[in-house]
Amino acid sequence: MARSTSKDAQALFNSLRSAYSATPTSLKIIDLYVGFAVFTALIQVVYMAIVGSFPFNSFLSGVLSCVGTAVLAVCLRIQVNKENKEFKDLPPERAFADFVLCNLVLHLVIMNFLG
Amino acid sequence: MADPENAKEATTLRYAFGNVLSFFILLLIGVLAFWIRLFSVIKYESVIHEFDPYFNYRVTQFLTKNGIYDFWNWFDDRTWYPLGRVIGGTVYPGLTLTAGTIWWILNSLNIPLSVETVCVFTAPIFSAFASWATYLLTKEVKGAGAGLTAAALLAMVPSYISRSVAGSYDNEAVAIFALIFTFYLYIKTLNTGSLFYATLNALAYFYMVCSWGGYTFIINLIPMHVLLCIVTGRYSSRLYIAYAPLVVLGTLLAALVPVVGFNAVMTSEHFASFLVFIIIHVVAFVYYIKGILSPKMFKVAVTLVVSVGLVVCCAVMAILIALVASSPTKGWSGRSLSLLDPTYASKYIPIIASVSEHQPPTWPSYFMDINVLAFLVPAGIIACFLPLSDASSFVVLYIVTSVYFSGVMVRLMLVLAPAACVMSGIALSESFSVFTRSIKFQLHGLSGSSQVDSGDASSSTVVAQNDAGKAEKTEDTAKERPSKKSKKKEKGIVDKPSLKAKIERRLLVLPFEASIFAILLLVLLGAFYVVHCVWAAAEAYSAPSIVLTSYSHDGGLHVFDDFREAYAWLSHNTEVDDKVASWWDYGYQTTAMANRTVIVDNNTWNNTHIATVGTAMSSPEKAAWEIFNSLDVKYVLVVFGGLVGYPSDDINKFLWMVRIGGGVFPHIKEPDYLRDGQYRIDSQATPTMLNCLMYKLSYYRFVETDGRGFDRVRQTEIGKKNFKLTHFEEVFTTHHWMVRIYKLKPPRNRIRGKTKKPRSQKTSSTTRTKRSAATKRNPWH
Repeated sequence: MARSTSKDAQALFNSLRSAYSATPTSLKIIDLYVGFAVFTALIQVVYMAIVGSFPFNSFLSGVLSCVGTAVLAVCLRIQVNKENKEFKDLPPERAFADFVLCNLVLHLVIMNFLG
Repeated sequence: MADPENAKEATTLRYAFGNVLSFFILLLIGVLAFWIRLFSVIKYESVIHEFDPYFNYRVTQFLTKNGIYDFWNWFDDRTWYPLGRVIGGTVYPGLTLTAGTIWWILNSLNIPLSVETVCVFTAPIFSAFASWATYLLTKEVKGAGAGLTAAALLAMVPSYISRSVAGSYDNEAVAIFALIFTFYLYIKTLNTGSLFYATLNALAYFYMVCSWGGYTFIINLIPMHVLLCIVTGRYSSRLYIAYAPLVVLGTLLAALVPVVGFNAVMTSEHFASFLVFIIIHVVAFVYYIKGILSPKMFKVAVTLVVSVGLVVCCAVMAILIALVASSPTKGWSGRSLSLLDPTYASKYIPIIASVSEHQPPTWPSYFMDINVLAFLVPAGIIACFLPLSDASSFVVLYIVTSVYFSGVMVRLMLVLAPAACVMSGIALSESFSVFTRSIKFQLHGLSGSSQVDSGDASSSTVVAQNDAGKAEKTEDTAKERPSKKSKKKEKGIVDKPSLKAKIERRLLVLPFEASIFAILLLVLLGAFYVVHCVWAAAEAYSAPSIVLTSYSHDGGLHVFDDFREAYAWLSHNTEVDDKVASWWDYGYQTTAMANRTVIVDNNTWNNTHIATVGTAMSSPEKAAWEIFNSLDVKYVLVVFGGLVGYPSDDINKFLWMVRIGGGVFPHIKEPDYLRDGQYRIDSQATPTMLNCLMYKLSYYRFVETDGRGFDRVRQTEIGKKNFKLTHFEEVFTTHHWMVRIYKLKPPRNRIRGKTKKPRSQKTSSTTRTKRSAATKRNPWH
């Protein structure tokens, strides 16, 4: 039983790996960026757990900026992905411009809230 | 061929004409929304109404005089004496900042409007904006025809008029516009999947958070809709783009507003959005994995993940539930809890229960406030299901939740109004299009197979017609589109009946006379709605309540301006630092118009302080004097309507004073003031009632008016007629005796009789011994 599940897990892992390596490089870069942002958020949460949450607004703005850029990068990836039928007439430059604008607003708010 | 080209030109011309016509219709709707709210300015004067708007007006005055930094850090010491109030941190700044900006822009353009004028007219301007926002919202859901109808309905709906007449300078004036605009941007993002609109959506949500405490409705409704879409299988990447940035940006922006602050992440009102945030990420990830794996592998993945993930999920949920359950209100604020559980406020927070706006509405108030829309809404809900899209499911959810909340609190009928207008606009527009299509069809005679299908409810849209896939059909559909936009252009359209025969989906077509008659009836319905709205705006909702009028029997108009008379007397005849005590209803008006420090005001944030004033009003004179003296009060103000029959006076509110005071000070018991459970002030009233301060201050010298002391509101003669005041003296009574101001008598310098100090045995024994009986005499006389 355990062997079949571990074999299944192995097979699953391999098929995931092979499917993911087929994605274009630009999307992989975006995925890397998302992973980096989430990782930074996790580091901040661990730091907060060690040191304490004062000042809370700085902690909130730090974590939410990481989460925010991750979310926006995922949105960019959705819009730029060629396999996505809904966005096939959206030029990738427009998607990137929207991404930059939204990030600008997000970081303006973060700077204001950082305290 | 010349024919299709001419037809194409005709369609572009019709498009252009339709667009210009829509633009002018929208302009007229905006003007209508503005003008219908001006009845109070015409009938009375350009004055700020009610109670809360006076506070907003005072704050705006401070902002325009001192600038934004002082406003942001303002600590007000002229209210809630001796506690003060942090205005910067407890007020929703959206309204005042909006009016302040408008005043500043106008003044920098050298248009010297006063702050009061800007404040009075802010609400009508923003209601015009709100009707345009309704047009945009309904256009996204159903199309431009429905949009125009909904905008016209919202411009006039009485429930919105009641909170946004000229002079009603309250948060809802701009908040309803912000609400509808946020919903429009959300639907637009959902329909287009553009991140630009998602950013705009978050900014509009920020404006809503700045303006009104009702923003929690948005941050709970949108997650509910997202959950609904996921559960009904309508998940798409556009949904992710519409929701996820909104949560992150929205939470940050909400935390920026000082009133909300960290409540944006700590209170239960926001937890739904975080929960759905996590859920949508899980769903998005699942869809992504499903997309890149083969089905067999996906099954394996599912079994693995489900077994592991379930354990983790249960652990996290257990922690979360423990955290939430540890707080007594489960993390919800008192006001939100009273919305979810309507009996909560009357059990635990009597102040919230005592506000008249927080009572449940009666059935007739639904008809009064949304009139005809009340029975157009179900038709609109059905029309939203044919076909069901993300946008129409959102509007259905909106109307269902707002109907529930409007049933809990009459003030929230205001949130129901835009939803009802959108639904009714959709219903009216759909029925109009069915009837006009029938007329158009019947006018060109019956051709092709049986199309007369009166029983079938499948009215198809233009898209269904395209499904037949013929190229010539595009012209037909292009003709159908402007006919939906500009309803006035049905006649005289060159049609191709032969194409209609090839349409696969059956269109609903009714007999000719029935359609004409139905259109006439619909127009009549609209006419009744308009008549009712204008009547409601003119008669029911335009009263400024600071000035009262009545018609004398010879037709003349009699004006009761007692409130402003009293506040003007206070501001001219008292010192700047004198403190005035009254019931909390009049606090805002006193600080704004009389410019004196008050003890309690309409913000009602401190229940104990209000209970102190309530206890003082319910106690006998000496005890009341002691309480007021400890608060440094110099003047006491009561509102009395017995001479003229004004029903909202303090004697009618007195039981609430007793209840609130009794809630904190147990020696005040409500049954002491009631005779056999009945509240009376005549000769059958209890002695506690007849001796309390409120009775004495209201009815002092009242018997001099007509010899009998007949109270016109309670319709009886008063119980105790001739009495003197021992600790207070009357300093001012207005013309119709509606506002009475009393001054606390200072303690005498020399007290006759034995003092109660035990240490001064020698001095007391040397004082006159015959005073042993006289110690019972009142030292103040």
